[in-house]
Amino acid sequence: MLSLETEFTDLLCIGAGLAGERVAVEAAAAGFQSICLSIVPPRRSHSSAAQGGMQASLGNCIKGDGDNPDVHFADTVKGSDWGCDQEVARLFVDTAPKAVREMAFWGIPWNRVVPGKSTYFKGGEQFEKVEVREKEGLITARDFGGTAKWRTCYTSDGTGHTLLYTMDNKVVELGVKVHDRMEAISLIHNGETCTGAVVRCLKTGKLKAYLAKATLIATGGYGKIYRESTNAVINDGGGAIMALDTGIVPIGNPEAIQFHPTGIVPTNILVTEGCRGDGGTLLDVDEKRFMPGYEPGKAELASRDVVSRWMTHHIREGHGVKSPYGDHLWLDIRHLGEKHIKTKLREVEEICNNFLGVDPITALIPVRPAQHYSMGGVRTDKDGAAHGLKGLFAAGEAACWDMHGFNRLGGNSLAETIVAGRIVGGKIVEFLEGYDVAFDTALVQTSITRERERIDRLVSSKDGHENVYEIRNAMQNELMDRVGIFRNGADLQTAVDNLQEIHERAKKVGLRSNGVGADPELALALKIRGMVKLALCVSHAALQRTESRGCHAREDYDARNDRDWLSRTLATWKEGDTLPTLDYEPVSKVMELPPGSRGYGASKIISAEGKVTEKESEPMLGD
Amino acid sequence: MGRRLKFNIFRCNPLDSDSIPHTDTFFLDETDSMTLFIVLTRIREEKDSSLQFDFCCRAGICGSCAMVINGRPGLACKTLTKELPTEITLMPLPVFKLVGDLSVDTGTWFRATNERIGSWIHTSAKFDADAQEERMDNALAEEIYELERCVECGCCVAACGTANMRDDFLGAVALNRIARFMLDPRDQRKEGEYFEVIGTDEGIFGCMGLLACEDVCPKELPLQDQLGILRRKMGWSAVKHLFRLG
Repeated sequence: MLSLETEFTDLLCIGAGLAGERVAVEAAAAGFQSICLSIVPPRRSHSSAAQGGMQASLGNCIKGDGDNPDVHFADTVKGSDWGCDQEVARLFVDTAPKAVREMAFWGIPWNRVVPGKSTYFKGGEQFEKVEVREKEGLITARDFGGTAKWRTCYTSDGTGHTLLYTMDNKVVELGVKVHDRMEAISLIHNGETCTGAVVRCLKTGKLKAYLAKATLIATGGYGKIYRESTNAVINDGGGAIMALDTGIVPIGNPEAIQFHPTGIVPTNILVTEGCRGDGGTLLDVDEKRFMPGYEPGKAELASRDVVSRWMTHHIREGHGVKSPYGDHLWLDIRHLGEKHIKTKLREVEEICNNFLGVDPITALIPVRPAQHYSMGGVRTDKDGAAHGLKGLFAAGEAACWDMHGFNRLGGNSLAETIVAGRIVGGKIVEFLEGYDVAFDTALVQTSITRERERIDRLVSSKDGHENVYEIRNAMQNELMDRVGIFRNGADLQTAVDNLQEIHERAKKVGLRSNGVGADPELALALKIRGMVKLALCVSHAALQRTESRGCHAREDYDARNDRDWLSRTLATWKEGDTLPTLDYEPVSKVMELPPGSRGYGASKIISAEGKVTEKESEPMLGD
Repeated sequence: MGRRLKFNIFRCNPLDSDSIPHTDTFFLDETDSMTLFIVLTRIREEKDSSLQFDFCCRAGICGSCAMVINGRPGLACKTLTKELPTEITLMPLPVFKLVGDLSVDTGTWFRATNERIGSWIHTSAKFDADAQEERMDNALAEEIYELERCVECGCCVAACGTANMRDDFLGAVALNRIARFMLDPRDQRKEGEYFEVIGTDEGIFGCMGLLACEDVCPKELPLQDQLGILRRKMGWSAVKHLFRLG
């Protein structure tokens, strides 16, 4: 008998956002018992914040006419800068239309085609389109993320919200248990097979073992290792940390991090790039435009990476606006006028008024670049099975499945959660059929005891008195300042060195609070070493990758190098090491679309044969 | 700028036998665009690391951070200090079980409620992955979305006179949810089935018409209208019910 509370289940989903719940629904529909764990009530998961929409090539709206999975495939592979697994991208684009229709069947009020004339804005100009009668009432799509066709299905400004609520309705209907405010803190495994997780209750502080035949990591991204991030408070990499702590399961492409140029200060809530698309300008401390000086042709309309880079550069040169929250720049949309702002940029107007107390019709908006999305994550095969441990799976932003490679397209992240959830859920059902596992009670006891001791040492400050918030701030500053949008060898090396020191300090954290009950300081203290290890994976992998691909932009290696780097990073952390071990694998077994030019953004490419081609950057906007 | 803000915060850790409910006072200098998210995060990290509260998206989308702010339920992330007086009192939402300090257990409450009202599309149809989707008028889709925007923050429940007196009252949030399904042609439930769920004193007839729910809803949902529509529909159902029984 185990000296603690234990739950047994067929499938344990760690995370109850869209990916986790979609997997659970698939397993439950096949008759397997599923339990989802969630740090927050499931409907508060970060999936709800994805407002843009979900890409699927239905081709119903007139601007999506002629769309099909092949066009979506090409957009996705080009977007990834040929860093994705093309078998996975193919699976994804073929399944996305079915997944969107299934969500409609379950209750999503997708916006529908309205026949007749309407107008839309692009690059500040007004255009007209005419929807056809035959498509009336079918699921429509919007323009998003720089795709060849309008492909992003949406429900007004709340697509993530409606998807998450409808999915959780399905979870309630099927009787899938969701244990909310339960945080998994380590995986239970014997080096070959994963059999569940050790979990801390965020209501009572108690530890509990969850034993499962299959365990899924669906904990979302790890943006909160950066100081400025658009991610929710809870996206601190819990799932990736548990995988790293096994010493066996690799994190794929940790260095592939996407940034967004215009997060508002101080809360880093996104304002759409449409502001610049419609004619908004960026100003510095003297309220002068600076983008024309750096990019005379395109100015504010240059691609998001280029704009983010010059914003960061301009702040570093001392032209930022000082604030209690650090330096920032201004976004100016006043000249667009009240009518335009109140109709075409309504969300921006609401965000500024509600969260800044600033009226963008008459005042400047404080902005700076912020981390936005982690393409990397727990490396899985195309079935969602994690490398290294049997019975362990991952899906959604937490996984490196890997359909995004080095850059994710707008609308593909929300789509991935549902599509991967559907596919991986099906594969888990196949895995569970006829599968039995022996639960090793001694192993469970050891795993629990290890965590209990860890907690006792933190509460009693046995290893030292380091302040967990100071450690976290030091880590976030390193990543933000040296492992940001544009990277170079010297800064990356400094970051790696400093983070190694921070990692040593993280071992000496002691609590200020008493650790009783749902102590929030203890929750962070339990994760901080893992977060710093993850930060080291990001920095070390970025330092080693001596090329520029997608969002990984090296100032000292500005070419995409298909000769030496058409590969995926696999980072593992061996017990007692001070740096991750980096291995590499080919990006894709199948090359349906051979490496070529993306057709947008600056491109300098070293081909597999070593030939160098160079092209100038084109403007590109989207979220 | 320049104001020194005083925060009175309710404190209680039910898991700590030494903790008795009381108020702690903290002072902070006000900064530009300061929201209660900034305030509470700073208090926890700089002054008292044991302080419990809930934030997730901090952008008014997830509904995690509802609390009673100077006597009125609202989302803390969406509350700017410049709209408040110098002295600010923060209390946890009533009705929901206290986790600690400003944090309450909304998850258990909402899951139970969603189970109780059958918050999903009830249909006997089977999904066909290869078939074109059923058509829907865009105006109807937008009407459904308007009610679907609820973020289950709990403000309407905390502000509700009936919910504060009776544990079993569904509250505006659940009634609005039912109104959403009644609009949706994909849901095959008949009016009589909805009546079974909400045609009682725990449902629509428990509403006293005080309508604080509408006043405090951070998503500005049309709760007054929906409660009125449901009451009328269910009133008629009740009459029909009587005659059938008679």
